[in-house]
Amino acid sequence: MQEFLQQLVNGIVWGSAYALIALGYTMVYGILRLINFAHGDVYMAGAYVAFFTAGALGGLAMGSPAGALVVMLIAMSGSGLLGYGIERIVYRPLRAAPRLTLLIAAIGVSLFLEYSAQLAFGSEPRLFPQLVPARTVVSACGVVISNQQAIIVAVSLALGLGLQFIIHHTSMGRAMRAVSFDREAASLMGVNVDRVISFTFVLGSALAGAAAVLVPMNNPQILPFMGVQPGLKAFVAAVLGGIGNVWGAIAGGLLMGIAEIMVVGYLASSYRDGIVFAILIVVLIVKPTGLFGSPVTDRA
Amino acid sequence: MLRGGKALLVLGLLLLLQLTVDPNHYVSRVLLLSCFSVMLAVSLNIINGYAGQFSIGHAGFYAVGAYTGASLSHFGREWMEASLGLASFPAWLADSAVLLAAVVAGSVAAAVAGFIVGLPSLRLRGDYLAIATLGFGELIRVIFINIDRVGGARGFSIAPINSIFWIGLFTVGIVWLSRNLLNSRQGRALQALRDDETAASVLGINITSYKVMAFVLSAAMAGCAGALYAHFDGYLQPDSFNFIRSIEIIIMVVLGGLGSTTGAVIAAVVLTVLPETLREFADYRMVIYSALLVICMLVRPQGLLGTSEFSWASLRSRGKETGGGLA
Repeated sequence: MQEFLQQLVNGIVWGSAYALIALGYTMVYGILRLINFAHGDVYMAGAYVAFFTAGALGGLAMGSPAGALVVMLIAMSGSGLLGYGIERIVYRPLRAAPRLTLLIAAIGVSLFLEYSAQLAFGSEPRLFPQLVPARTVVSACGVVISNQQAIIVAVSLALGLGLQFIIHHTSMGRAMRAVSFDREAASLMGVNVDRVISFTFVLGSALAGAAAVLVPMNNPQILPFMGVQPGLKAFVAAVLGGIGNVWGAIAGGLLMGIAEIMVVGYLASSYRDGIVFAILIVVLIVKPTGLFGSPVTDRA
Repeated sequence: MLRGGKALLVLGLLLLLQLTVDPNHYVSRVLLLSCFSVMLAVSLNIINGYAGQFSIGHAGFYAVGAYTGASLSHFGREWMEASLGLASFPAWLADSAVLLAAVVAGSVAAAVAGFIVGLPSLRLRGDYLAIATLGFGELIRVIFINIDRVGGARGFSIAPINSIFWIGLFTVGIVWLSRNLLNSRQGRALQALRDDETAASVLGINITSYKVMAFVLSAAMAGCAGALYAHFDGYLQPDSFNFIRSIEIIIMVVLGGLGSTTGAVIAAVVLTVLPETLREFADYRMVIYSALLVICMLVRPQGLLGTSEFSWASLRSRGKETGGGLA
């Protein structure tokens, strides 16, 4: 029981990161009906931005919460900028193109980012510095929670709530919902569709950038291909929760993280990737709209 | 298209190559590798090009074929030698029998996998289907990593049977089959459902069975390529059938022109040979490919050849009629 609770905690921590990345997928899908394959690589880019920022700040960034916050904000801006650029250069000219064309382009962008990063930073893993030294904050009933784990969950939760606020209580959020509902009608009502879509990309990418600072607290290796698996899994999380649905993405991410950690804890770590894709296939066959998704009449 | 005379010519040529060329020479290795790419690209083109479905887990079928074929020849060879008296045959004949058995087994296993993936695809369209096939491809890889009998993550070594004749023959056969499929009743049905599913079903085309057929056929071809590949080096590793491998096959099909077998063949050969000749630019290879893919989607989304095909007849009639060889 004690071990189960500990695994549950670890799963929630791990899942929070998936949830943050999944939010970007779900927002972009909601608004463009596009699986943004490059999203995982935006996350990777965020990690490199954070890595070099932390390196440049040196001792200033270490150990102090303010320093960590600065690193995170810079990583979020970097990812956001990259997301904006990708949308502006590749996806916008293809907006009227068939969806498969867009999907192939997204795969192309993803590969381009991965291999460019490999070219620029080398394929050697880099060790992310410890922004916040590890310390146990809770130790009850044999369950141990470190301050890093607490930070990961708290920051993810805060960003999720912030996003929810933006979507439901600001005029930009209303415009986003309108564009996702009916792009043409929204544009007739005076919504600047291009701006709204750009904003969505920036927001989603910035969340991935935040995840890129949080995850290395647990797993400090950063690599050019580090975004591939988390990207795929976060996408699965978004589908699991019902793509286009913000709370669905968060719930899906948490479930995915818990499932993965449980498999590692109770079965074998070599099945850890398998469980995710098994879940995906079952969800797609049984309920393609996901747990919280609204029924879609035409998914073509 | 490939009647008696030409078929004999191909057979003769392949036999000649088999007898005179060293299959382990660098140049023949590269060309044989491009044969595998051709088989994969042409087979994927049936799903993605002809039928208009979008599969990004093709390496999964390839892996199923490779592992099934390899297992058969590794664990079954002794049995075949004992019960069929293979041991008394000349070595090349025994090898060919084992290889053929492996190819058949690999194709059948991959076809079964294709059927299993094809079925849910009836409910899924576009990017949902894409992501389901991706999931399948990754799942297959994870499964092979966890089967210890076939080496798990360490890889699986078997006795290699490297045969120019058989690899060449199956490559030609797959290209021929796929090319003839295009204008057959089935091929036209696939194209009809690609262009408009509703209209096709109104015209009496059984969407369900044709989609599954496209998956089964394509998977069987990839499985055949896999079984041959398993014997090419005699070494398999689950990670060589990963997502990137599937993507490479897609790049070939898309750049060649979705729906064009000719395009798939050309792109497969070029994209396999080119990196070998440009070794010093190896680091830039995938950067350039991916940039090409994006640019191609922006500038010419139908691929370099579109859906046009090469044929001798149109080459001969060039000049007489308005259409060119690659109209």
